[in-house]
Amino acid sequence: MLRAAVVALLGFMTLPTVVVIAVSFNPTAILSFPPAGLSLRWYENVLTYPQFQRAALNSLLVTGGAVALALPAGALAALALERGRLRGQSLWAAVLLSPVVVPGVAAGLGFLILAAGLGLLRSRAVLVAAHVALVLPFVVRSVWVSARNLDPALELAAASLGASPWRVFRRVTLPLLRPGLFAGFLFAVVVSLNEFVVSLFISNRVTEILPVAMFTYVVNYTDPTIAALSALFILATFVVVWLADRYLDLGRVFLRH
Amino acid sequence: MRLLLLPAVVVLAVFAAALAALFRWSVLEFVPGSLQTGGLTLGNFRAVLAPHYLGAIRDTVVLSALTTVLTLAGAYPVAYVLARTPSRRVRSALLVLTLAPFFTGAIVRTYAWVLVLGNTVIDWPVPLLFTERGVLVGLVHFSMPTMILVLAAALSHIDPVYERAAASLGASPARVFRRVTLPLSMPGVVSGGLIVFAWTLSAFPTPELLGGGRVKMIANVVKDLGLDSFNWPGAAAFAMLALALTLALLTVAGRLARARPS
Repeated sequence: MLRAAVVALLGFMTLPTVVVIAVSFNPTAILSFPPAGLSLRWYENVLTYPQFQRAALNSLLVTGGAVALALPAGALAALALERGRLRGQSLWAAVLLSPVVVPGVAAGLGFLILAAGLGLLRSRAVLVAAHVALVLPFVVRSVWVSARNLDPALELAAASLGASPWRVFRRVTLPLLRPGLFAGFLFAVVVSLNEFVVSLFISNRVTEILPVAMFTYVVNYTDPTIAALSALFILATFVVVWLADRYLDLGRVFLRH
Repeated sequence: MRLLLLPAVVVLAVFAAALAALFRWSVLEFVPGSLQTGGLTLGNFRAVLAPHYLGAIRDTVVLSALTTVLTLAGAYPVAYVLARTPSRRVRSALLVLTLAPFFTGAIVRTYAWVLVLGNTVIDWPVPLLFTERGVLVGLVHFSMPTMILVLAAALSHIDPVYERAAASLGASPARVFRRVTLPLSMPGVVSGGLIVFAWTLSAFPTPELLGGGRVKMIANVVKDLGLDSFNWPGAAAFAMLALALTLALLTVAGRLARARPS
């Protein structure tokens, strides 16, 4: 019975994925199931639709900028949390992780009002600023786990053998933090690439990122173009999750504290 | 060492400034047809309680409660197997299959449900797309990975020795579950339930696409007021409501998680 329940739930969880992939090969604009044939025309449409090309470039710029800023900022904060003997450490942790719990519409509307007041509504800088804050908690969390497992004796050993503090950081601390940095990088990229609600509030047709462009397309058209784009997203995600599980053992990341 | 926090503090200061702007506009008077505002007022919060919007709040709470219960029921067996299986292969397969939707974005996931719930692929006996039932299905799917992770973490803390002891004393598997496993996993059930309830209260893409404008939850009202009617003060009051509800519930969830006996 347990097995039946698990299989049923996995079926429920994967049903939309299966349907989206099947529909993406549908030969006609009117959806039918099972499809009357196979066609790659919607994939062609995805790659040649100018608004998606523009949005993909925006996604690349916004995610690239946000991750480049959030990774060092989050990693340094995680080190401070673990090593800094801060007063109110748990309060600092709560503050650093807080952007995750703020509802998207609240953050989105807040950034919209703030950007309007500063005259920055047409700028991608607002998107980058919002994304940095939204992915920061994931970086802090991942690097913090690595920092906690780092034995300070290794750094002391390097220092006692005459390494300068900078050399200790570069040759001992940084390499030992690599799994956390990699996990934080992965999370930050995935979260930022998929961010939708906040971005919807602070972008326009020129600055919008892929999820927002996809939303607009879904609202206005019913052909399977988004199914093709979704299939590509799903493929990329499975590869990322599979790689993450292979190299990081997701069970260890998520199930033990 | 404190200096290391500086870059993160700058990032968070910008975020805090956005929330402060939201708060300030929620108490400014709306002037229809313009983005100028009048003086200070509590009128926006009074408008939140108008009958028209009260319906959206009620629907939000009902949908969130149903989502929580259904997600709990669906997630528990998977979380149990995840926490107990000795096979790394089974664990990996379950994690990848349940977590993948967690990583694919909201739009991809929701659009997939538009296809499934519309009558093109499967002929449903009752209409699902653009109804509250359909929105509920999407919300449950959306919350499932989070719930599975929280429950699996709680279940992996329970020593299987207790279950074996009960079974060796003659308890049936159903009785072992009811009297031993379930009570011991209660902290996970409660915190998972609160987290999912809080998340669902501010759900946006799911009701927006699967509700097709006919189902309104709090976040959809924020978007309608803010982006379509340019009533930023009214939208801000609603967003503050969502923020306050979410923070209150998550604070309770955090307290309960910390109070759990180890």
